[in-house]
Amino acid sequence: MTTESTTSVNDKPLIIAGKTYQSRLLVGTGKYRDNDETTQALDASGAEIITIAIRRTNIGQNPDEPNLLDILPADKYTLLPNTAGCYNVEEAVRTCRLARELLDGHSLVKLEVLGDEKTLFPDITATLEAAEILVKDGFDVMVYTSDDPLIAKRLEDIGCAAVMPLAAPIGSGLGIRNPYNILTIVENARVPIIVDAGVGTASDAAIAMELGCDGILMNTAIAAAQNPPLMASAMKKAIEGGREAFLAGRMPRKRFASASSPIEGLFF
Amino acid sequence: MNITINGEQRTLDDGLNLQQLIAMLDLENKRLAIEVNQEIIPRSEHASYTLKQDDKVEIVQAIGGG
Repeated sequence: MTTESTTSVNDKPLIIAGKTYQSRLLVGTGKYRDNDETTQALDASGAEIITIAIRRTNIGQNPDEPNLLDILPADKYTLLPNTAGCYNVEEAVRTCRLARELLDGHSLVKLEVLGDEKTLFPDITATLEAAEILVKDGFDVMVYTSDDPLIAKRLEDIGCAAVMPLAAPIGSGLGIRNPYNILTIVENARVPIIVDAGVGTASDAAIAMELGCDGILMNTAIAAAQNPPLMASAMKKAIEGGREAFLAGRMPRKRFASASSPIEGLFF
Repeated sequence: MNITINGEQRTLDDGLNLQQLIAMLDLENKRLAIEVNQEIIPRSEHASYTLKQDDKVEIVQAIGGG
């Protein structure tokens, strides 16, 4: 039963904006102690898509401070600049254009337009508007959104490269709060659905993948763990396990027991 | 002339171009993107872009984020 043919599956690869990825775990680079810890966690995660933020350069302070881009080799990772901290359309579009200049014409971006500091929930009307502008401007937009299936579809129709519903508030670690909405979003979608935000531990990641999500983007769940590289490794396995379970198709739930050993042949 | 760089007021020599400003700030060969008055100035134009009084310059880089 352990031959390649029975355990390997014909899984379709994750394709985002025409590029194929082996890993379904996308990770952020925020909240780590230092660049060493970041590198160790990224290595352990096996992630190929890595988010970064765009911020002012410190003028006149620590000119020799190591730059994040120097530890993220372009041949190893696909960089995903985000618009974190943007609360309106203008800020988000401006940040994406700066990212494109910074990364030499790079078109893949993570759009998030936040609505409120307490929840960090997306401002949906601003998100839709910014997505339209960015798609028309030639960006490949991976968009952070709420777990509303209708909005997810609208973002797909606008031309977003991937739709990324939250599982719970950013940085909350509360897990998949609304699995049925995530399931509906997945079932309706023709673009990759990546759960973005809210995962707290490996079982949360497995649950999202068992729902049929194409991948998961996380930052705090790894960076705020006691041992970030070990949690990164756990997430990698949970995502692989959850994906295989989704493809394998789970057994139906039953209310009562069903003996695993045959009744026939009992000798008493 | 007075210009604002990343929110800080600076007094600089007239006629300074963006490439010279980057050198002055010890930011040569760093991965950066630059806006002047909210308009991106591509790297290829830094040497030919002359700063003027009251320009607002934003110099950004990549940092860790999720």
